[in-house]
Amino acid sequence: MKTDLLPLSQISDALASGGVSPQALLEASLARIRAVDGKLHAFLRLTENEAHAAAKAAAQRRANRKPAGPLDGIPIALKDIYCMEGVETTCGSKILRGYVPPYDATVVRKLKQAGAVIVGKLNMDEFAMGSSTENSAYGPTMNPWDLSRTPGGSSGGSAAAVAARLVAGAFGTDTGGSIRQPAAMVGCVGMKPTYGRVSRYGVIAFASSLDQVGPFAQDVRGVAYLLSAVAGHDENDQTSSRRPVPDYAAALGRDVRGLRLGVPREYFGEGVAPEVEHAVRAGIERLRGLGCEVRDISLPNSPHAIATYYIVATAEASSNLARYDGVRYGYRARAGQLLEMYEKTRAEGFGAEVKRRIMLGTYALSAGYYDAYYLRAQKVRTLIRRDFDQAFATVDAVVSPTSPTTAFRLGEKLDDPLAMYLSDVYTVPVNLAGLPGISVPCGFDSKGLPVGLQLIGKPFDEETLLRMARAAEPAEHRLPPIVEDR
Amino acid sequence: MAIDRAQVRHVARLARLALSPEEEERFAAQLGHVLEYIERLQGVDVSGVEPLTFAGDAVGGIPLREDEPRPSLPRDKVLAQAPQQDGKAFVVPRIIE
Amino acid sequence: MAVADFEPVIGLEVHAQLLTRSKIFCGCSTQFGAPPNTQVCPVCLGLPGALPALNSGAVEMAIKAGKAFGCRIAERSIWARKNYFYPDLPKGYQISQYELPICSGGAVPVPGLGRIGLERIHLEEDAGKNIHAEGGSEVDLNRSGVPLIEIVGKPELRSAEEASEYLKALRLSLIYLGINDGNLEEGSFRCDANVSVRRKGESKLGTRVELKNINSFRFVRQAIEYEIARQVELIEGGGKVLQETRLFDNEKGVTRAMRSKEEAHDYRYFPEPDLPPLLVSRELLDSVTVPKLPQEVVEALTAAGVSAADARTIVGDPRLVEVHRRIGGDAKRAALFVVGELARAVNEKEADLGALKFDPALVPAVWKLQDSGAISSTAAKEVLAELIRTGEAPEKIVERKGLAQVSDTAALEVVVDAVIARTPAEVEKYKAGKTNLLGFFVGQAMKELKGKGNPGALNALFKKKLG
Ligand SMILES: [Mg+2]
Ligand SMILES: [Zn+2]
Repeated sequence: MKTDLLPLSQISDALASGGVSPQALLEASLARIRAVDGKLHAFLRLTENEAHAAAKAAAQRRANRKPAGPLDGIPIALKDIYCMEGVETTCGSKILRGYVPPYDATVVRKLKQAGAVIVGKLNMDEFAMGSSTENSAYGPTMNPWDLSRTPGGSSGGSAAAVAARLVAGAFGTDTGGSIRQPAAMVGCVGMKPTYGRVSRYGVIAFASSLDQVGPFAQDVRGVAYLLSAVAGHDENDQTSSRRPVPDYAAALGRDVRGLRLGVPREYFGEGVAPEVEHAVRAGIERLRGLGCEVRDISLPNSPHAIATYYIVATAEASSNLARYDGVRYGYRARAGQLLEMYEKTRAEGFGAEVKRRIMLGTYALSAGYYDAYYLRAQKVRTLIRRDFDQAFATVDAVVSPTSPTTAFRLGEKLDDPLAMYLSDVYTVPVNLAGLPGISVPCGFDSKGLPVGLQLIGKPFDEETLLRMARAAEPAEHRLPPIVEDR
Repeated sequence: MAIDRAQVRHVARLARLALSPEEEERFAAQLGHVLEYIERLQGVDVSGVEPLTFAGDAVGGIPLREDEPRPSLPRDKVLAQAPQQDGKAFVVPRIIE
Repeated sequence: MAVADFEPVIGLEVHAQLLTRSKIFCGCSTQFGAPPNTQVCPVCLGLPGALPALNSGAVEMAIKAGKAFGCRIAERSIWARKNYFYPDLPKGYQISQYELPICSGGAVPVPGLGRIGLERIHLEEDAGKNIHAEGGSEVDLNRSGVPLIEIVGKPELRSAEEASEYLKALRLSLIYLGINDGNLEEGSFRCDANVSVRRKGESKLGTRVELKNINSFRFVRQAIEYEIARQVELIEGGGKVLQETRLFDNEKGVTRAMRSKEEAHDYRYFPEPDLPPLLVSRELLDSVTVPKLPQEVVEALTAAGVSAADARTIVGDPRLVEVHRRIGGDAKRAALFVVGELARAVNEKEADLGALKFDPALVPAVWKLQDSGAISSTAAKEVLAELIRTGEAPEKIVERKGLAQVSDTAALEVVVDAVIARTPAEVEKYKAGKTNLLGFFVGQAMKELKGKGNPGALNALFKKKLG
């Protein structure tokens, strides 16, 4: 077995035992990217020079027996939403083509400190707006299990890169499911931590009250390593929590006996593909078999989540994206007058979905509509959060399908924004309530496409979530055909 | 809820987006469709419910920054990304007040 | 003109820059006058991904203002985004406070007008600066993110004169609080005025016009007066006042509608999701101390015996108050020094209030010399002037300039005897009853003593000897 095809935690073990070197891992990663990324289009660009230097430094530390941690020397990649000093960062948008940030996001700084070898920047829906990665201004990413299908989105590049073993781990962002949904679509583990668990500083904003940074890996232990490296308070992000960061990998040593698992009736039945429901129910049975207590619960306001989300998220986005005006950085259209400059720059720089959401959000905040839309949505949001608070009085975690379907075809939902929005129906409530959520693979449908199981936890209780996810994850990690075919 | 082209034009102006007539047409239809879906929230009883304005964690208090100046960016780096600049400042088409 | 038939209603909105060292949401310096775009960072440039981090100093200063004016200080206030596009506004929104400001209510004491009510005081960030040039406009973002408080007054002012008095009192109060430098020219104290008029006796408010760009007290009066007259004329002519924003053109002395604000403003305020609610704890509230406001200082000075006019003069400049305090001793006499010798020295550029060369605590030493007769009152004035100029110890000045008075009786007696001996005719007349010649004798003696004789002692000696 080739070391570089192993799940992240096993690569980490191999590095620790000296069975493989950071440089060899980097070479293997770059070789596979060259071989298959032409078909996948997970990467927008590589940071080879930086990666070689990082691998060399990691090797030095490993040789001196002073590794910076379990990630020291592991090749990873970042969604192109993370600002990295000196490296072009586009957020999947034409309006930021060629933009080179003068600073590192806090997450990037922490990953560098942890010795991670950042190999490149990954494709995404423009400004993280989408569920298929088809909204990238630089073309879509393909699903490694079936190149005619999407890998989900918006962190589709991150999910595909990990599933196809181009890198051992990756970071994405999750505003309404953008980590969990693609993780489910490609059959890897993806986690959205509690809002405030990880700093958002330097992560390009889509919807500030919903955005959260999170990791992808083949295995739960790998995700725990990645989360430990980036979690914690950051003085540059005053919405980040000051709670101490537990050792997430250590939490995995405990079994799940006696943990109570809630099955919300609103997340099953109508709208879920039968094969998805079947696989998720099988996953729940496995957890029951390991000693979890399974209970039926109700989250009655969750069906309002998509409507609520598309007001809150678009309102915040309409404001967050006002800074792309062609004055200080990024694209500027040719124009003789100021108003014309603004309107043309933004019309030419943004793609259709981004414009649609800016329009919707601007409308929801505009005079005369604020109370009926934005204010009401924030109140419904309170109700959604309250449902979860009540559920967590009797259960330790909530389980559901991550997405109602497996990976859909490229182009299938492009002309029907609402249909695309509805693929996030089970992930969006988690963002509205600010909770941690994780997607773990729980089987395949009859087309051989992966199915994801979502676990939702109490605020800042990532440990329980990781323990349960560890119990639920498959013992064997199947490789997608694109890896095996070569 | 329907949204007409005049409303689309008004919102596009607020958002500083130039739309072609075709886009106006298409957005009016698509936004109308989404707004129709969102209309369901009007049926939710929210009387006495506070809006969720802050999603974060208040545990441990919210630390503020000390009033200590820190280094700024060098000007060449500040201006390096600008579409138009003159070595001192960003330059935009002349503003008429 | 029928202005007399109308009552103007004026409310002022003041933006005051807080004297923090760093900006409100980032660590960039707030120092005025740096070359363009040298005090900027990812946060105040609005770079993608940057987030605000609130400065505790700005919060404390806002609380200070709120406490000084008797506002309610909110335990929990929230930040809001005010959305609009302008090249000097890097994020496309200004972080401000809207629904729940940090301070509400309260009033500003204004001499002669009583207390003028406040609507609110809220914290917000400043925008950058556009410099209009021929080929285009330059954008300098050094000022972007500088902390401001916006002080929104109630529409309780009834004339341009009242507005100007209110502004002066407010400005001085903020200087006393140490939270603003009151510099209108550099834009650290800026004023917008909401002006409407209504027929006398009417209670309904007229349509109000917002005046911007008023950067001196003179312009405040001019702009408001012009606007009152314009509105009255408009109404009298059967027209209607439009609700709009007008710019004061200080060269022409007129207000004109702003072209860029043609489209109705819709700021789409909503709570700022990047900042937690601002919580003001009991401890924080109690830890902010408030110095005396100008009006209170005037009262304290007059109670200590300073004349009302002198008290107002001194209070007009907090540096004079400080000098007065450091002199100590007789408050009235100290006041006379401050508005007398010191003011003259400042006028004549012999002293700089920003960098005094002398220790005011030395002034009472000069009084002591004068009162004990060691120096004359004329000499005392000279010593004080020299003290202000050089800071040298008063005794040293007296010595160096030879200003000491001769009070030694034996020494004086020699001179008195000599004068009596050489003026027999006058002595005769004095003895015959012409006692007003005493001044003549003292004068003769003084001449001999080169002005340094103690006049009191000489008087007594001549009286005794001529008996
Ligand atoms: Mg303001
Ligand atoms: Zn700054």
